Amino acid sequence: MATVKDFRNDVRPNWCPGCGDFSVQASIQRALANLGKEPHEVAVISGIGCSGRISGYINSYGFHGVHGRSLPTAQGVKLANRDATVIASGGDGDGFGIGLNHFMHAVRRNVNITYIVMDNQIYGLTKGQHSPTSAHGFTAKTTPKGNIENALIPTQVALGAGIGFLAQGFSSDVKQLVSLIEQGIEYDGFSLINVFSPCVTYNKVNTYDWYRENVVNLEQRGDYDPTDRALAMRTVIETNGLATGLIYRDETRVSYQEQIPGYTKEPIVHHNLQLDSELFDKAVKQFA
Amino acid sequence: MLDQLSWKVGGQQGEGVESTGETFAVALNRKGYYVYSFRHFSSRIKGGHSNDKVRVSVDQHRAIADYTDVLLAFDQETIDLNGDDVREGGIIIADEKFKPVAPEHARLFVVPLTKIAEDCGSAIMKNMVSLGASACVLGLGTDIFRPVVEERFLRKGQKVVDQNMEAIQRGFDYMAELGGADPEFALKPIDGTPRLFMTGNDALGLGALAAGARVMPAYPITPASDVMEYLIKKFPEVGGVVVQTEDEIAAMTMTIGAAYGGARAFTCTSGPGLALMMEAIGLSGMTETPVVIIDTQRGGPSTGLPTKQEQSDFLAALFGTHGEIPKIVLTPSTPEECYTSVGEAFNLAEKYQCPVIVMTDLQLSLSKQTTDVLKLEDITIDRGLIATESDFNDEGERQSGEFKRYEITESGVSKRAFPGAKGGVHHVTGVEHMENGRPFENPANRQKMMDKRLRKLEGVEIENSVVRTGDENPDVLVIGIGANTGAISESMSLMRKDGMKVAHAQLHALLPFPVQQLNEAMKGAKKVVVVENNGTAQVKRLMAFFDVKHHEDVSSLLKYDGTAFLPVDIYNYCKGLV
Repeated sequence: MATVKDFRNDVRPNWCPGCGDFSVQASIQRALANLGKEPHEVAVISGIGCSGRISGYINSYGFHGVHGRSLPTAQGVKLANRDATVIASGGDGDGFGIGLNHFMHAVRRNVNITYIVMDNQIYGLTKGQHSPTSAHGFTAKTTPKGNIENALIPTQVALGAGIGFLAQGFSSDVKQLVSLIEQGIEYDGFSLINVFSPCVTYNKVNTYDWYRENVVNLEQRGDYDPTDRALAMRTVIETNGLATGLIYRDETRVSYQEQIPGYTKEPIVHHNLQLDSELFDKAVKQFA
Repeated sequence: MLDQLSWKVGGQQGEGVESTGETFAVALNRKGYYVYSFRHFSSRIKGGHSNDKVRVSVDQHRAIADYTDVLLAFDQETIDLNGDDVREGGIIIADEKFKPVAPEHARLFVVPLTKIAEDCGSAIMKNMVSLGASACVLGLGTDIFRPVVEERFLRKGQKVVDQNMEAIQRGFDYMAELGGADPEFALKPIDGTPRLFMTGNDALGLGALAAGARVMPAYPITPASDVMEYLIKKFPEVGGVVVQTEDEIAAMTMTIGAAYGGARAFTCTSGPGLALMMEAIGLSGMTETPVVIIDTQRGGPSTGLPTKQEQSDFLAALFGTHGEIPKIVLTPSTPEECYTSVGEAFNLAEKYQCPVIVMTDLQLSLSKQTTDVLKLEDITIDRGLIATESDFNDEGERQSGEFKRYEITESGVSKRAFPGAKGGVHHVTGVEHMENGRPFENPANRQKMMDKRLRKLEGVEIENSVVRTGDENPDVLVIGIGANTGAISESMSLMRKDGMKVAHAQLHALLPFPVQQLNEAMKGAKKVVVVENNGTAQVKRLMAFFDVKHHEDVSSLLKYDGTAFLPVDIYNYCKGLV
């Protein structure tokens, strides 16, 4: 059986020392090992930005594509191979800026993939512009007098779009994060794990300490029921999107693949593509 | 007696114009005639004039005629807009209901289409009455419509079939009483072989099915949507999936994901969608992921003329991504070629691991026409280089980066491994990378990788990328692309009647650009003209760009008013040249 070590490669990440993304990477590797996955069974699909590099740092199949498009790419991989464990991953700019449209529709569509977002509320790789999740008033290179736009709150958007599995982690709490990722991967449908992953270089506001003081860990609420959608919505509003832990889990939703007419148990990648001549003759007859 | 007939039905969109034309065309196609139909419609659901012009002939013509013999009018607007198209002495059959007024050069037959239909059970059947009236004029019986009517209505019960057949018969009888049965208009009898009747889009869909396509993410757009609508019905039989994505960017990136995942994946779009896909097309080139993109061109730029004919995406398809990637562009001209082109596109994409764009145009995509019987064996499946167990390092699975997905080879093509393959674990990125797929910006590596990718298409020749027919040393050689093939070949017959020597070269691929084949085709031609549906002579410019011999002497016949070329357009132009 594969261990965490098997999911590591010898590529040195280009992340800054102390970047929150390191623990996200480690958590994904740990979760995959805990679930008994083998590297060849996993595909990590990412977009552009610091976080987008993650597909190259995990020893598995990896696809580092274009900005904001990890989700459609990942859904394509899963449709071609329903047996593969497909993880899409990226940052807040990639996923909630340029890629927000795809996020909403991935939620609607519910292809069985896991989306892990490293949310640091800033653009890091382009050196410090504000991001869609930057707070109102936040100063950055493109908001020198303070952000006049409101922050997008991923958990609220996800619930609003009707997500079936929603969790939020913090890269300092690796234990919780590993568990959330495991649950997300095992969930039969689209799952989001939004991770507060501080940018130590450009974001001087949302630091490790800031998160430690501000996140609300739902695990510490004995009576929290993650299957109650109204409660989940109330909670993400009340906590201003800072709730961590498993926020919502819907066991009634059926994944996209399960609903495709005629979709076979055998993954498409293994299909014999030669068309049956009877089927062909029938198809041609329609045009006679 | 006519050896060819040009028939047109017109009315308000949503009034059954299309189904009238379709029923007429299918019936005559089954009888063994060659049929070519072209729809004029607007970008709206109901209302607005639409018409369906159908050409029926003993010999094959792949263009609409320059004129109309018989016009069926459901309203006065149809006569106002199409009266001039009716030839001297042509026939207009119009509904009594709107008190039709017709131009003097035509013979008007007023038939109470709606009233007869109501008598038969429902006003909807006025199109059946009109078909009966048409059959009378053309010297055809009403029986040719029976199988078509049965197919359409039998599920609603025998009574509905009988009512429709009665409507057809009464239309026929009424017309006979008016003296409409005119031997001059009778179609020459034919004992033809039944063939298929389909659009280019139908053939693209069927071709994709036969070629083993299993994943089709796409976003609806005119005139491409039919392809996805067709495969949504067909894919359940083969375990495939069509995904209607949120936009074209998602369609293209999902196609790339599915192809990377090991499926034969493709998407289908039109100009505006192709524009949105460009960044991702670059990604497929850089990551060497084989994808097929079908572009059914329509009038541009921007929203342009969404329901009208144009061929103006060639330059976009050839040059329209940032950076430099190998790419293949195919340009079929007929439904038969649409069918085989899709099969070829998948093979080329997987053989060279690059994007392949198959370009049609609205006229080819939507014109229903008589088509040869298509054969399954005309499409073969060649998936190119795929790594097998023996290619992987024994310990590969545990040793990251051992599989050289981008191994530098002489051909530039390297073996692919799909997620799930033990030992094939590798990284793919749109960033410049080394042989194992990991990002690497070193100048020497960059150069090697660029050379590897660009080398892939060196020496590739697409079979029949230029098909030349006609005379040696012609007075005029006409070069065409896409749907204009029919109008060109017909204009050639007209020129021959005038004693001219003529030849026709049709382009079936634009990339790799068939320089040699064009040089060959143009040899000995006194005049060369390129016929294309755009305003900037894109194909002619490509001849200059790729340095085809004597390209500077080539002239250009352009049409960009949204309409298809008529044979007479090309005939007149060529006559003027010589």
